[in-house]
Amino acid sequence: MTGKTVTRADLAEAVFRKVGLSRTESAELVEMVIDEVCNAIVRGDSVKLSSFATFQVRDKKERIGRNPKTGEEVPISPRRVMTFKASNVLKNRVLKGHQKSKPKG
Amino acid sequence: MIKSELVQAVAARNPHLYHRDVENIVNAVLDEITDALSEGNRVELRGFGAFSVKNRPPRSGRNPRTGEPVFVEEKWVPFFKTGKELRERLNPDGED
Repeated sequence: MTGKTVTRADLAEAVFRKVGLSRTESAELVEMVIDEVCNAIVRGDSVKLSSFATFQVRDKKERIGRNPKTGEEVPISPRRVMTFKASNVLKNRVLKGHQKSKPKG
Repeated sequence: MIKSELVQAVAARNPHLYHRDVENIVNAVLDEITDALSEGNRVELRGFGAFSVKNRPPRSGRNPRTGEPVFVEEKWVPFFKTGKELRERLNPDGED
C-alpha cells in the first residue's frame, strides 16, 4: 500500500512505455481517451469497458433533502448523475491486491 | 459506447496511427488504472473524476432466506467520484 495518487502524467508514462509513442504524443492520446469517454457520457451514452467498468448516466427526479446542520428541508433539483460499476475483473484485482498486502492471522 | 467504439473514436482523430496502436493505448490506460487501484493508490483525473478504493470492514450479515447469521469478511471495493467539471457538464444550468 503505497497510497500515492496516480495522475494523467503517470498514464501518459504508461502509454509511452508500452506503446512506444513520444512522451508528448502519449500525453495527447491519454487526453483524447478521457475526452471521448467524457463526451459519450455527456451525450447520455453509457460507456462499457469490458473487464474494467461501466459508466452510466441516470436521471434523478427532484427530491427533498435536509440541511444536516440546521435540519431545514430543502428541495434537491432534478439532475443527471453518472454511476460507476466496476467489472468483476476489476473488483477481483482490487480485492486480491489488498488481501495479499495485508495477510490475515 | 463499448471499448471498440472508444478505440474507433480515438483512431478517427489519429489517422497516422495503426488501429492496433490505439487499442494498445486504451488498454494501457485502463490497465494502469487497474494496477494503481490494486496497489491501493488513487487515480485522479481532473475534469473526469477520481478512482479510489474503499474499505468495507468485516461485519456479521444474515442469510435473508434462513435468517441465519453469517460472517462477512473485510472487503476492498473500487470507487469512483465524478469530477466537478463533468458534473457541471451533465447539469449545464444547475446552480449546484
